[in-house]
Amino acid sequence: MPLWTLLGLRQGKQTAPWPLAEGADGQAAFIGMPRYNSDRCTEECRACADVCPTKAITIRLQAAESGRLDIDYGRCIVCQLCTETCPTGAMTRSSDWAFGARRRQDLVWQSSPFEPSSADRASRRGFRRSLHVRHVDAGSCNGCESELQALNSPFYNLHRLGIFFTASPRFADLLLVTGPVTYAMLTPLRATYEAMPEPRWVMAIGTCAVSGGIAEGGYASGHGLDGVLPVDVYLPGCPPNPAAIIHALLMFLDRLPQRVQGGRLGE
Amino acid sequence: MTAPPHIWVEPEHLRDAARRLRETGGRLQMAYAWYSEPSRLELRYVATEAGQSHFAVWRCAPNGAAPSLAGIWPLTGWYEREITDLFGLVFSEHPEPHRLMLHEGVNPIRPPFDPDYPAQTPLEAELKQQSVPEVAGATADVQLLPFGPVRADVFESGEFLFFYVGESILHYQPRLFFKHRGMEKRFEGLAAEGGIVLAERISGVASVAHVLAYCQAVEAAATCVAPPRARFLRVLLAEMERLYNHLHYLGHLCHTTTLKVGEAQGKLLEERVKQLNARLTGSRFLRNILTVGGLRRDLSPKGWLEAELKTLQEDFSVYARHLENTDSHLDRLITTGILEQRVAFDQGATGPVQRASGFDRDVRRDHPYAAYAELPLTVPVRDAGDAHARAQVRMAEIDASIAVVQHVLSLLPDGPIKADCEVPPGSEGLGFTESPRGTLFYAVHFDQRGRLARVKIKSPSFSNWRVFPFTVHGSNMMDYAINEASFGLTIAGCDR
Ligand code: SF4
Repeated sequence: MPLWTLLGLRQGKQTAPWPLAEGADGQAAFIGMPRYNSDRCTEECRACADVCPTKAITIRLQAAESGRLDIDYGRCIVCQLCTETCPTGAMTRSSDWAFGARRRQDLVWQSSPFEPSSADRASRRGFRRSLHVRHVDAGSCNGCESELQALNSPFYNLHRLGIFFTASPRFADLLLVTGPVTYAMLTPLRATYEAMPEPRWVMAIGTCAVSGGIAEGGYASGHGLDGVLPVDVYLPGCPPNPAAIIHALLMFLDRLPQRVQGGRLGE
Repeated sequence: MTAPPHIWVEPEHLRDAARRLRETGGRLQMAYAWYSEPSRLELRYVATEAGQSHFAVWRCAPNGAAPSLAGIWPLTGWYEREITDLFGLVFSEHPEPHRLMLHEGVNPIRPPFDPDYPAQTPLEAELKQQSVPEVAGATADVQLLPFGPVRADVFESGEFLFFYVGESILHYQPRLFFKHRGMEKRFEGLAAEGGIVLAERISGVASVAHVLAYCQAVEAAATCVAPPRARFLRVLLAEMERLYNHLHYLGHLCHTTTLKVGEAQGKLLEERVKQLNARLTGSRFLRNILTVGGLRRDLSPKGWLEAELKTLQEDFSVYARHLENTDSHLDRLITTGILEQRVAFDQGATGPVQRASGFDRDVRRDHPYAAYAELPLTVPVRDAGDAHARAQVRMAEIDASIAVVQHVLSLLPDGPIKADCEVPPGSEGLGFTESPRGTLFYAVHFDQRGRLARVKIKSPSFSNWRVFPFTVHGSNMMDYAINEASFGLTIAGCDR
């Protein structure tokens, strides 16, 4: 179809330079995880904890030097209610989205300085070239799928990074799971994992898969992947944007460093 | 918005009322149940009556089993099965008395919506295969192919059964609700504002349609109205949502007809709109803006969005022209998956699917909300009922949406963005929107403390999934993926 070729050519290169080179990543103006400025927190105030719909924020019984709040970004659905409610600017809007983490506790806010995680790297060496991933929707709202599907758009063009979605779990190295794990998806999810050859890895995509998110509990939803499958990378977000997913995938491959530690981004 | 009239119907008169509605040119829209008191289960039916701009609401207090209306309005079949699964109420003479929402093999101690169901108790499931129809006659050549719930590529979970001979599909049966999260129940006990983040996360790609329908339902209960600026901006957000959804649809449809450049171009345009969304609201899914009474914060779309949409419009019209001139693409769409008008009506088709089968219905125009009454709106309709007609309706809707947004931008009034809304205890409201996939309803009920007592969500895909199999029976395997893509179905909102 010559017409189409022409249309394609006329468009020029549409792919974002990032992450292969410095440049636009397409996430300008994106509002990400709320940032905690612990020094602005005032005694007796509990506005953010009361408004947080997923109990990502809790007030410490005893204020430690690391602040008054316990914030678990693995529970955050990025609803911004805390940033709108906070009277002092202790919880503020940010553009932070690169929240992929190897350890669940890296998503929990801590005052200690940023320190790169020393997760075992050697075991994943084999994937320097290409990675095959299989996706399982374990009860998402379809927001995460929408962003996963965006990865194959020419703008993000995941293939150029040597990462491919595969239809069969038998060819998959990495399982991407979305959703809180509903009662009805528990068995099919486990079966898909079992069908993968070893060694196999799992990434929890989106706050629902990390902790259950807004859907957690009740009669039909689970609490995310913990206790269901061993998780190698946690990526909260509601949903995580395509760049966050790419960052998490490259981080899994040791091609980009983990940026979140102690619940915030290091440099 | 005036409160819809409520009509009490005795159980023994339900079928007469349903028949009368049919004879007078109306349509039953949905049915749901709720406990008006802990021991008092009430049924609600929402209906459109010919020539009326409000929805009629029927109330019925069943004593024992309720009469099934599925023989008169086939579309009620799923609503009734849902009520049976979640509330335990049985419908007499139901033509398909099987599980729907809860899978076979799940036997809860009591129905999950029973006031005595122990909160936070997860269902336990020893899942069984769904009951499948017997194939009569010479069955030796008939193959059964179960597919899913984990499908190829990045897809939502759902299981599909195909009975086929060679390439021909004899019978097709989807089994959904693997993604059932029990979301409606999660609203219960919350204050009105607490429902916002939930409504935004029922169906991610329809976040605006959901939260808007929810807000409008609460505003109907509180008899408050969002200020003009908020109402115009709500329209803007809803149409931006339609844009990225329809562009995604076209890209995915090209994927199924193996038109590679067409797929890439559709996805590229979709991505462009998602990035505009982020620039507009900070969220690619336009979340975190709407609230009860208006908006959470003001937006500044003027001065930049006009030009972006103008370029989008130009690029889209080149794209659409290409699509409509590519024989290999059109050959796969034309006459594929024909949905006859009568089936569309009986089974409850909605949105672009019903408009592609000759029904000129769109709640934005027929029951205007937000600022739609003040904006010119084109509602494209096609008659062919095939995959091509469904794609054409969506293509024409992209043009219509861009035109509406441009009007919003030129008419956008200044002023406050939020009105005070006080929800009276014991009140209720009905909200609805025309989501990218069709009509979406929220019915909300508040208890005596002013907390949410029941929220019922009727998503358009719940309706269209019910319709879709009728276009698959008797078709062939080769066309299945194209036909499914042409319906533009999602599962999250349907399953809830
Ligand atoms: S943005 Fe995150 S931490 Fe803040 S209220 Fe929402 S869910 Fe809680």
